[in-house]
Amino acid sequence: MKNKEMETTYTIPVGPIHPALKEPIRLDLKVDGEEIIDVDVAMGQVHRGIEWLGMNRNNPIQNIYLAERVCGICNICHPFAYIMAVEQAAGITPPERAEYIRVVIAEMERIHSHLLWAGVAAHEIGFDSVFYLVWRVREKIMDLIEYVTGNRVTKAMFQIGGVRRDITEEQFPQIRKTLDYYKTIFKQLKTVFLDDRTIRMRTKNVGVLKTEDALKLLACGPTGRASGVTKDVRQDQAYGAYADLDIKAITPDIITGTIVGDVYDRIIVRLLEVKQSIEIIEHCLDEMPPGATLIEPKMAKLLKTLKTAEGKGVGRAEAPRGEVIHYVRLEAGRETLATWKIRAPTYLNLMSIPTILKGGQIADVPIVFASIDPCMSCTNRAVVIDRKTNKKSIMTYEKLHQLSVEKTRRLSNGLVE
Amino acid sequence: MDWSSNSYSLTITAIIGGSIVLALLGAFFGLLYRGIDRKLAAHMQGRIGPPIIQPFRDIRKLLAKESIIPDDGLSWLFQACPFIGLVVSILLLTYIPVFGQGALLEGYGDLILILYLLIIPSLALVIGGFASGSPFATVGAQREMVIMMSYEFPLAVAIIAIAWRISYVTDINPFIFSTVAQYPIWNQVGPMGVVGSLALLFTLLVVTPGEVAKVPFDIAEAETEIAGGLLVEYSGRNLALFYLADTIRAFAMVSLVVALFFPYNLSPLIGIGATAPTVIVDSLFFLLKVFLVMFISVILIRTAMARFKISQASYIYIMAMTLIGLVGLILIHVDMIV
Repeated sequence: MKNKEMETTYTIPVGPIHPALKEPIRLDLKVDGEEIIDVDVAMGQVHRGIEWLGMNRNNPIQNIYLAERVCGICNICHPFAYIMAVEQAAGITPPERAEYIRVVIAEMERIHSHLLWAGVAAHEIGFDSVFYLVWRVREKIMDLIEYVTGNRVTKAMFQIGGVRRDITEEQFPQIRKTLDYYKTIFKQLKTVFLDDRTIRMRTKNVGVLKTEDALKLLACGPTGRASGVTKDVRQDQAYGAYADLDIKAITPDIITGTIVGDVYDRIIVRLLEVKQSIEIIEHCLDEMPPGATLIEPKMAKLLKTLKTAEGKGVGRAEAPRGEVIHYVRLEAGRETLATWKIRAPTYLNLMSIPTILKGGQIADVPIVFASIDPCMSCTNRAVVIDRKTNKKSIMTYEKLHQLSVEKTRRLSNGLVE
Repeated sequence: MDWSSNSYSLTITAIIGGSIVLALLGAFFGLLYRGIDRKLAAHMQGRIGPPIIQPFRDIRKLLAKESIIPDDGLSWLFQACPFIGLVVSILLLTYIPVFGQGALLEGYGDLILILYLLIIPSLALVIGGFASGSPFATVGAQREMVIMMSYEFPLAVAIIAIAWRISYVTDINPFIFSTVAQYPIWNQVGPMGVVGSLALLFTLLVVTPGEVAKVPFDIAEAETEIAGGLLVEYSGRNLALFYLADTIRAFAMVSLVVALFFPYNLSPLIGIGATAPTVIVDSLFFLLKVFLVMFISVILIRTAMARFKISQASYIYIMAMTLIGLVGLILIHVDMIV
């Protein structure tokens, strides 16, 4: 006879293709009626081999454009972290003006990303009117990005040792105009997202990540900050022009007075970060130093420098979703990178998914999952495919540990591969 | 009171012919209102939206497509449910007065029968969902059952309160639409009764989006959560039938609200005597009333709200709406005593 408990629970597969997911991932939900008992996350659906390309086919400058395409939304923070890593490895210091321009572009990306997220979140709870409203508002920043960089999405602004395009004085009024527009409608956005009854009903006390859990599960970015973890790379390890600015990690208690760590708090953090980004851009425009934007405009010469350089570097940037890390190793005489390792923020934030979904309802899954602002294409890099059987598998912890032990043993015998 | 005898007599041909005409009219206007609904909602959301005839195109396209029956499903039940849903939706139209005329089967069934008939299309959806054997459809079917049970009580309270009040005014069966039309609720009550009637109207207006499965009560379909829920496995002709049943049911439900609360006709007011112009004027006036009710209870609500969770929707119906309905009922009654 079957156990009575076994009969009441069943598994609902969410993904790899599901309307709640914007990118492929699989969540296996064990449910009892509407309640979620257990969650299993299966990643590895969008592996594209980007790091391999960077280490085997492309030279470091071509890699900037590859890094941009790690993720369509974070197409600034990935190249930002990448060039910082290469600059550190090759010992290049970018001009001061370039540092400011980088920050301006990065903050524009944050505004557009957070607004995009807000629209998606509204759609996930069935509030399509807000979704259309927010995406309409977002068009202004997209237009501004196109005005400044020449493209809406992949902007190709970054170059090792500076930026490829200057932001001129003539462009300042237009930028300020758009920022003023956002300042005027900010109050409206705040009313829509924080005071609307149905939004509160769907987001308050839903998907709670407590501070201690957030610390344990390494939550980063707005997900961590909404749980009261005051981590922000811009504040903790200020890079670029952020060092000149006074940036404080934003936590939800600024508005509510307490930290709950629910979806509502994540909305607050992202909303306030939009405001913070506007202030950062304005400050950068005011303080932007004169001078060159690139230390070496001749690409062939720059490539030669990189080819002869030897060293390693780590670039850390605060993406709209959290901390993104690029690790780069250069070997003298090698055209491509010797090592390239990307760690996207979603990789960390996914760890929280089982914790915040458990005990919730099926109806909460889309909004809770969306609340960490997941970005799968950034995350997937380790899938093992057996060509003979065409079987896909993911390395388990034990297997990885065993492989590392074996590698260490081989190295200790002096057998360097 | 002798409610059993009735002088109504209909020939078989009149019933069949009338039902076909009603089905065609119901389908046409149901789809037209769906198109208007989509267009208006789109404009409110700052979009252009689809052309008004889009629902007709959808039906035509769905009818031309392959109907896929899931291997895990119970094939005959899976295919029977769309038919049941459609037939009962059309049956609803024959009992509810539409286009300013009396109901086709007036006297053969009353408001109580309509309460039962309203459940059947939802039940067809639930059974079809369970029969499709998909976990998403199963969750959707469970949700549909919960929401059905939740809005049934406030709906019954609203309908019975009106009939009860009318039963004090007349000896004719108050559960028949012609009686409701003869003694409109607003004409029978004093100020307190008007407040009570408004409460009942409000209850029905909130029940309507639940009955026709629109945001915030489209929980059983919830695209982002359970990928279409009940209808996830339906395609082609079967989906077209459900779609059609859904639009006709929405039209019937709104007609019911109109028949209960706004049974007025324009022709006596402006003094038209001849038959043909009367029918035209009353039909147009009826369509306007349906549009207004639909605009408030479906289009406005669905553009201004997020989807509820099933527990929240259930709470709203069982607690809040039932309470408002009962307050309305008591107010109407107190009004009579005072």
